[in-house]
Amino acid sequence: MPQAALSGLDEARRDESSLRRFLNGLPGVDQVGVEQRAAGLATRSIKKASKLWALDTAISMVDLTTLEGADTVGTVRSLCAKARRPDPERPETPQVAAVCVYPDLVATAVEALAGTGIGVASVATAFPSGRSNLDVKLADTKLAVESGATEVDMVIDRGAFLSGRYGAVFDEITAVKQACGDAHLKVILETGELVTYDNVRKASWLALLAGADFIKTSTGKVQPAATLPVTHVMLQAVRDWYTATGELRGVKPAGGIRSAKDAIRYLVAVNEVAGEEWLTPKLFRFGASSLLNDLLLQRRTQLDGHYSGPDYVTVN
Amino acid sequence: MALFDYAPAPENRDIANLKAHYRPFIGGEFVDGNGEPLKTINPANGEVLAEVSTVDGSDIDRAVQAARTAYEKTWRRMPGSERAKYLFRLARLIQERARELAVLETLDNGKPIKESRDVDIPTAAAHFFYHAGWADKLSYAGYGPDPQPLGVAGQVIPWNFPLLMLAWKIAPALACGNTVVLKPAETTPLTALVFGELCQQAGLPPGVVNIVPGAGDVGAALVGHAGVDKVAFTGSTEVGKIIQRQLAGTGKKMTMELGGKAANIVFDDAPLDQAVEGIVNGIFFNQGHVCCAGSRLLVQESIADELLEKLRYRVSTLRLGDPLDKNTDVGAINSAEQLAKIRDLVASGEAEGAERWTSPCPLPEKGFFFAPTVFSGVQASMRIAREEIFGPVLSVLTFRTPQEAVTKANNTPYGLSAGIWTEKGSRILWMTSQLRAGVVWANTFNRFDPTAPFGGYQESGFGREGGRAGLEAYLDV
Repeated sequence: MPQAALSGLDEARRDESSLRRFLNGLPGVDQVGVEQRAAGLATRSIKKASKLWALDTAISMVDLTTLEGADTVGTVRSLCAKARRPDPERPETPQVAAVCVYPDLVATAVEALAGTGIGVASVATAFPSGRSNLDVKLADTKLAVESGATEVDMVIDRGAFLSGRYGAVFDEITAVKQACGDAHLKVILETGELVTYDNVRKASWLALLAGADFIKTSTGKVQPAATLPVTHVMLQAVRDWYTATGELRGVKPAGGIRSAKDAIRYLVAVNEVAGEEWLTPKLFRFGASSLLNDLLLQRRTQLDGHYSGPDYVTVN
Repeated sequence: MALFDYAPAPENRDIANLKAHYRPFIGGEFVDGNGEPLKTINPANGEVLAEVSTVDGSDIDRAVQAARTAYEKTWRRMPGSERAKYLFRLARLIQERARELAVLETLDNGKPIKESRDVDIPTAAAHFFYHAGWADKLSYAGYGPDPQPLGVAGQVIPWNFPLLMLAWKIAPALACGNTVVLKPAETTPLTALVFGELCQQAGLPPGVVNIVPGAGDVGAALVGHAGVDKVAFTGSTEVGKIIQRQLAGTGKKMTMELGGKAANIVFDDAPLDQAVEGIVNGIFFNQGHVCCAGSRLLVQESIADELLEKLRYRVSTLRLGDPLDKNTDVGAINSAEQLAKIRDLVASGEAEGAERWTSPCPLPEKGFFFAPTVFSGVQASMRIAREEIFGPVLSVLTFRTPQEAVTKANNTPYGLSAGIWTEKGSRILWMTSQLRAGVVWANTFNRFDPTAPFGGYQESGFGREGGRAGLEAYLDV
């Protein structure tokens, strides 16, 4: 089976029409079914030791993000400080996976995180709309990588995808992948603009075929951003990719995940849809800003046996 | 050990308000029955839950008489809008005591708490709500300007959905103006007896509902009782046939909801991941103790390997164990007897040459458990393809063309339900017209709603429950 699938995947990459045939040949996603399954998994009751484990794991998977026009060198530095020691009173709290900023602030983040092992992720390719030409997008990527970003979060050209120009999207991702060099490439599908689960599945496979290390739901600038069923479809895609090729690729839901409860629901989905191999920051991330504080508060609750307030964690 | 090992999250069993003794509910009172008391056990650990006083012939006489009196003196004369108030009250009481009923159901039956909590109890309440709405609208149900009730209904229900089956039986009977004597299953009498308390709480006139626990002999005496006008039975085809023989020529109106061997048919253009969910839901829901379970998977040959690989992975993620744990997906088999029957049929499948795959999930040491099992390479002539297993065992057959799928699906003495998985709407409609099954689900499975009639063809029984069609069973039309 994997052998046949592999040659099928090579075939899909040959030219635009084979790519189109391959993507159109993927099995559909039943909306009612996938939403039901996601809602069913969300009723899992995670308690005690398993909850503490889940909270720590979720903290270690956070891409702590600030993507505002108003970002300053100062806000990025304070975010980086938080990334290094999320809960200063509890030094054993895990560090987050990465800090995610705009390209012009990458250098600041790199400097602030030197020697910590925390990644610096940069959005690129005319984030968040992706509306520019390839040269500009590659230059954007180059800026991020040359400033020291270890991870690049690119957006796909949704206009091209929705009008069926899959080849254009594919070529753009491969070009950006090349420009990334050693940096990991996360491909943002912006599922809120793709609308249907069928599109999410197609776009996931398209990105995986083009070499994405991660597929990511959203920019956080479009509603709806990450949802459980969408993430479910993407987790299924990376699992199917693994079955076909033996390669492990990652998933990153981003935007709208604010509570520890939500984060744990995502981890349950990772565990039961993709499999426990994906329960690592290497293969699963949360793109979030406010989530971290709720994770820290819930972590304290687990350890102290009582709730504390939002004033006991730092605002940024 | 798994990386992400869910800590036990058991529901508190004290919520069930379990008592040491339960008694029959006759004429609005809990009374001692004259039958041999039975002990009902928790199938998840084999421990005795409670002792239940059962009824004998004289108690059944009393119950039927109480039902008759209530029928003649109050219930049939009461305006539909008044009957509706009682049904609404019962529906709300089920909701109010939902958690208690769910825990009790799980203790007595062995089904996972998430199913009793999210399916059984809410759907039972929904049946009372739905039929409460019909009580004052029977003139508009299409059965004439003033349809009349039948009288006293003798109802016998199975152990797989104890309270839900009670609701399916009692709600339409009461809405139509009948009174009932109901016998819950021998292994799962507890929620039905608590339902007696709900009747008291609702102020239901005495005798409108009577609950008479006991074994098969009580059921036989009840359905054969001369004072019973209507018999409703849900259970095995074998017992259904005995009842029909017993009642032949008596003129009693009957509805039978019996066994099944449903085909779940997956075409190559199906939404595969959701089809896998539907297959799992079709056969592993309630440990496969479902008369309409999708126990035969018919899969198009071109996708069989891919689908089976996905299915096995998915089934291996099912969590089997303590039914009270909120994270349990597959609970306990209801009785030692049923477990023995499942083992026997599984052994026959192996002996006849089907390929067995069983989920590697660990089994608890105590209690009656059976790991989810999938047989591939099943031939239509094998016992596991023909007989109802009523357990978490799936038989996988393949087909090549739609016509072959229909032929294979219909090639069974049963005909209760079927499932179709395809993205092609025209094929769904064509298949539906070809399949001899009372319920056909398209791109889903095991969905129940009080507004949708449920019932079978051939040896799966006759008569419908639910929806407008279900009213006919309790009206003189």
